[in-house]
Amino acid sequence: MLDVVGKRRIWFTLSGILILVSISAFIFNAFARGLPLNLGIDFLGGTLLNLRFEREVTVAEVRRVLDDYKLGESVIQKSGEKDVLIRTVPLDNEVRTKLLKDLGEKVAPAEILEADVIGPTIGRELSTQALWALVIASLGIIIYVSFRFEFKYAVAALLALYHDAIIAAGAIALLWRTVDVPFVAAILTIMGYSINDTIVVFDRIRENLKKPTLAKKKFSEIVNISIWETLARSINTVLTTIIMVLCLLFLGGEPLRTFSLTLLIGFTAGAYSSIFIASPIVAVWEGSPKKK
Amino acid sequence: MSKNINQLRLLAILAVIGVSVYLLVKMPITLGLDLQGGTRLVYEGQETEKVKVTEDAMAGVVAVIRNRIDALGVTEPTIQRKGKNQVIVELPGIKDPERAIKIIGDTALLEFVEAEWSPGDARTISEEKLKEFYGPEARLETFKEEKEGRERAIILKKTVLMGADLKGAWPGLDQYGNPVVDIEFNSKGAQIFSEVTSRSVGKPIAILLDKRIISAPNVREPIPSGKAQISGNFSVEEVQDLVIKLKAGALPIPVKLVETRIVGPSLGKDSIDRSKVAGIIGFALVAAFMILYYRLPGFLADIALAIYVPLVLAILSLLHATLTLPGIAGFLLSIGMAVDANVIIFERLKEELRSGKTVKASFDASFERAFSAILDSNVTTVIAAVTLFFVGTGTIRGFAITLSVGIAASMFTALTLTHMMMNMLVDGKLVTKPDSKLLYK
Repeated sequence: MLDVVGKRRIWFTLSGILILVSISAFIFNAFARGLPLNLGIDFLGGTLLNLRFEREVTVAEVRRVLDDYKLGESVIQKSGEKDVLIRTVPLDNEVRTKLLKDLGEKVAPAEILEADVIGPTIGRELSTQALWALVIASLGIIIYVSFRFEFKYAVAALLALYHDAIIAAGAIALLWRTVDVPFVAAILTIMGYSINDTIVVFDRIRENLKKPTLAKKKFSEIVNISIWETLARSINTVLTTIIMVLCLLFLGGEPLRTFSLTLLIGFTAGAYSSIFIASPIVAVWEGSPKKK
Repeated sequence: MSKNINQLRLLAILAVIGVSVYLLVKMPITLGLDLQGGTRLVYEGQETEKVKVTEDAMAGVVAVIRNRIDALGVTEPTIQRKGKNQVIVELPGIKDPERAIKIIGDTALLEFVEAEWSPGDARTISEEKLKEFYGPEARLETFKEEKEGRERAIILKKTVLMGADLKGAWPGLDQYGNPVVDIEFNSKGAQIFSEVTSRSVGKPIAILLDKRIISAPNVREPIPSGKAQISGNFSVEEVQDLVIKLKAGALPIPVKLVETRIVGPSLGKDSIDRSKVAGIIGFALVAAFMILYYRLPGFLADIALAIYVPLVLAILSLLHATLTLPGIAGFLLSIGMAVDANVIIFERLKEELRSGKTVKASFDASFERAFSAILDSNVTTVIAAVTLFFVGTGTIRGFAITLSVGIAASMFTALTLTHMMMNMLVDGKLVTKPDSKLLYK
């Protein structure tokens, strides 16, 4: 049986490195690119045009038309053979209509797959909402887990959740993928779901603590036993969900890609942190000499 | 006896399937704008010097927008207030979003202003002098006559009538066959109009739309009938749009378009097709995993999962939830999460069987003991999902709803349905020994 609690330095170091890399990615992006994450128009406001041209077009052709509008920094990407994604400043209805008409005439007739214009105030609102969502969800979880277990367990579970969320967001920051509203949903889902495995282990610790046969064992040993006993279900529950995430990632199409990638990284980190982070934290805390 | 119980259980399971499928056929789920294509607009009420953004003003904005959209003939639009000063408008499947945007968001404040062509030197006149000669509200504007292309200085003296004084507006043609808007004032308006035209013979009456002069015809004779024409070099479509706006009335406060989301029909279709494939393959892989790992109980969990799919969709349609793309993602995700409860139970079952209990006792114990872990872990996921629902907007709410419904339904299918089916195995004497090959080694 692997002594998970005893070897905790290894796990804590590994997680520490991953978190450090994530935070470095935020800081690097903030300095080199101006933003910690590649925030999309949902957050910053702006225009997103997703067009399907009748023929294959090049980015240069599209840029030539856009240049006439003096829009400053526009991002033009191909998202398929005939599909082009344009991100730029917020355009009002008239300018957007004219731009689309121009593109149709000067490049090739195009069908609008998507055309979004978000004002900057809406973006600010969203950022505030997203932060509130994180705070409220954290509070909800900490209250519920404290109520069902103990405050220590709740703190350990929440630390593990932040670990998962930071690593998932860090990976997205490293890959510099555009994040919009679905990213917020992904982070909250990671927080809501990754805790499940942690709770399964906690539930077993709670049960084992009551067992007379284990009464003489040290707390850390009971934690080890509990982790070991629940290992198969910890892995299998995440595995079935990750199967679905992988299907979404590879088959779900472009709109869901960043969302599923975030989930994939977050859930994987979550499976790891339930076993190697949350439970050892409880063991260390509970086993500290102050306890009577 | 046990046979009867099994028949009852089978009946219960079939009833769940039957009701779900019936509901789905009867009331198909409405697709969100991102899936069926359509336009979502968010307007923000703007405070002016004269009018504050009040509850009444916003209610008025919603009413006027609703009238305009109804006149556009959009099927099943949704118009709702959000926060203090926002209105969300959702128009499924409209073909010409640009036109809708133009019609909905214009204030359409129509004003009839007593005016006078300014004498040659008026351009240099001071504001004080202007007010002294022409009344306290007088102001100087230039009006560009479209036909002749010349600019004339005009003194706007006093607003005498507004859009609210209209009885009706219709598209029409003037004597040269140009598109115009025919209007008729209500009785009070007609009286005022009659008085104004009587004292303005030879002078112009300026017609302003959203503070912009669209025409300034000279009054030739008093008009007692309360009928008039608004001409302004309009196209036929512009006339139609103006009629819609005039009939619906002016917005009590100006609004600003702060969010536009237009989704063409192809994108949604692409997404639906792709998620179907992803869903079917994912379901098959999860189902295969459960059978390979947990054998007969795994197979039962798969049956429960197969019931779970229509059950969740049926609940969603009962709740009148709209299915969005993130909603579909949440649903597919929940398929992977739905078997979690069964995984926890089956792992527990292994332990119980190893401890030497009978099959029946092990089955019951595994469900009973696994319950607390399943409940606690699901509640935390629901906490996150509910937070998303209240904080999030638009399509993300769809995700929060499907995820929450999915979790609740999975508790039911995994705990109740699988339990029932496992008891059927015992009572039907299919599995009698703890070391049965149908379970696990």
